[in-house]
Amino acid sequence: MNDKSFDKDNPMLRAALMRGLVSRRSAMMGAAGVGAAAFLAACGSAGKNASTGGASGGAASRTAAAAQDMSDAEKVINWSNWTEYIDTSKDGKSRPSLDAFQKKTGIKVNYTEDYLDNDEFYAKVRPLLEGGKDTGRDVWCSTDWMVARLIRQGYVQKLDLANIPNAKNLSDSLKNVEFDPGRLYSLPWQSGFAGIGYNLKATGGKKIESITQLLTDPALKGKVTLLTEMRDTVGLVMMEQGKDISKFTDADFQAAIDVLQQAKDSGQILRFTGNEYTEGLAKGDIAACVAWTGDVVQLQFDDPNIQYALPEKGYTLWSDNFVIPALAKHKKNAEKLIDYYYDPAVMAEVVAFVNYISPVKGTAAELTKLDPALGKNPLIVPTEDVLSRAQVFRGLSTAEETKYNKLYSALTTA
Amino acid sequence: MAEAAVLSTGSAAPPSRRRRNWVPYALLLPGILWLLIFFVLPMVTLASQSLQEGNVDDGYVFTANFSIYLDALKQYWPQFVRSFVYAGIATGLALLLGYPLAYFIAQKAGRHKNLVLVLVIAPFFTSFLIRTLAWRTILSDDWFITTWAQNLHITDFLQAVGLTDNDSLLNSQFAVIMGLTYNFLPFMILPLYTSLERLDPRLIEAAGDLYASPWQTFRKVTWPLSLPGVVAGTLLTFIPAAGDFINARLLGNTQTTMIGSVIDSQFLRVLDYPLAAALSFILLVLIVAMVSVYVRRAGTEELL
Repeated sequence: MNDKSFDKDNPMLRAALMRGLVSRRSAMMGAAGVGAAAFLAACGSAGKNASTGGASGGAASRTAAAAQDMSDAEKVINWSNWTEYIDTSKDGKSRPSLDAFQKKTGIKVNYTEDYLDNDEFYAKVRPLLEGGKDTGRDVWCSTDWMVARLIRQGYVQKLDLANIPNAKNLSDSLKNVEFDPGRLYSLPWQSGFAGIGYNLKATGGKKIESITQLLTDPALKGKVTLLTEMRDTVGLVMMEQGKDISKFTDADFQAAIDVLQQAKDSGQILRFTGNEYTEGLAKGDIAACVAWTGDVVQLQFDDPNIQYALPEKGYTLWSDNFVIPALAKHKKNAEKLIDYYYDPAVMAEVVAFVNYISPVKGTAAELTKLDPALGKNPLIVPTEDVLSRAQVFRGLSTAEETKYNKLYSALTTA
Repeated sequence: MAEAAVLSTGSAAPPSRRRRNWVPYALLLPGILWLLIFFVLPMVTLASQSLQEGNVDDGYVFTANFSIYLDALKQYWPQFVRSFVYAGIATGLALLLGYPLAYFIAQKAGRHKNLVLVLVIAPFFTSFLIRTLAWRTILSDDWFITTWAQNLHITDFLQAVGLTDNDSLLNSQFAVIMGLTYNFLPFMILPLYTSLERLDPRLIEAAGDLYASPWQTFRKVTWPLSLPGVVAGTLLTFIPAAGDFINARLLGNTQTTMIGSVIDSQFLRVLDYPLAAALSFILLVLIVAMVSVYVRRAGTEELL
């Protein structure tokens, strides 16, 4: 892009800039679309800079505003979560662990499954957060990198650990993460791996065990899907090339993109998907794909032909984390809810249903009590050895995030 | 003239005249406001956004960065071309399918007219997404349609003309075009129906009396009279089809991405709002250009 077209020494531009323009933040509040201040810019003034006005100071230290806590007066929590991500009764009408929570505390949880995709959810709440408005939600579960962004932008509040004594049960490996040292803002809800899922029926009985095989085996031509989630797909390829995804370089990233581009051009890749790959994998339209553990474990119950492989060279580990957004009205209640789920016995009930990896110490023992088979499943209760080969994608600066997203999107949409 | 009007209608005229003056404008007001807030304002915003530089964290600065339009076109022209080709073929197919159907409903369906019309609109009672997902089942490998197409060598033909890549129908250009045709077909049929319904059958009889062959009758009478419907139908089909991104995502493969998906991904995933805005604007301008050329040409034909 042409950065030079904006010449700061141009006196006319400077005058226009100094004429003082509405800050992005305040103008944003009333506008329906993206960049309302732009409207003003287009109508005679030449530009504005968000960092010179509005609520925020520098980009580094933004803090989320707290609302007056209504927790004691209103015994409710508004929780937004991903679909099929909590225990449900057989008839699908109630959620046992939530009901038990309400019985125990008298707090009603309005549980909404409207978190379909990190990017989409962010697009939905960002205008509200940016405009300094309540999102109507007290807690939701965002993936690591999204939590990093939310913290960076000052859109989530610090947790009051006094209300979450069970936070001590957090797994040691998750205690200090790069994006939230000391876990001041976030606590994991579920974790999982991204590896390779395949359907023996569609591969002709062949095992698919490495990313190279996934991307080049002619037997899989046109029957492979990859995830639109950049960190999982590109991360797996970088690890296949022997890179450490907690400290990779631009060149490493580009090399991985090149490999993916080659696979795409050769017709190996059918599509880039969100978690809708499960349907195709179950039917066999997709022979093999990059897949998340919990999804595949659930599919395996219905069809033993569905297999999962954790690549030898490494696989990504991700978590979805509880965060409390700025201006949440029932922060204390939400913290009580997090505390409740950090009880291993409660978490085991959830894990027994969703089949992801629990971030809570002691869940394995409780899970074995519920169902010994689940307690032994290495995809749900990974061994030290399995965990040691998992890697976490490093945090990205805003500029890097944009750059990598651009490269990846050029691959997925071109 | 005003004097004459006053004289002829007597003393009651002035109040009614005054009312006549502001009532139409008052009636226009909600519509104008609506367009102002939901069309003009976002349009200006979009145009301005496309010329800004910055990122979501630090905000955007208006820099009149026109080069982004060139960059956008340079990088994504294949998707633009693809979108217009798919939309064009889908519009053509919808016209071929829709015209006889609309003619039948308008002229021959008699008392079943309303029922048939409801049947045309019936798919709209379910969501767009569900309808498109249904095509995944219809075209999937284990269904009879694919098997038949294979036995009749239709799949070989499609592969030969490059609409599919292998002997299945799903996940191909063919599937995307089918999906587009199906999803926008009612938009073609309804305007065609309204213009064909007004067609006076006596004109066709008259053409027959004047020794016109059926084909000549169609070419000289039916088709010209239905042109307004054809123009409206093709526009209503082509415009949304060109911007669609659901069909390409659910029915296509990595080589069938349309411009709608690119814009979607730039807006939601990459968060490159200027590029997304520029792409949207290019799409808009191209469509307006094509439509105005088309309408002008169609308009002159109508006069002939």
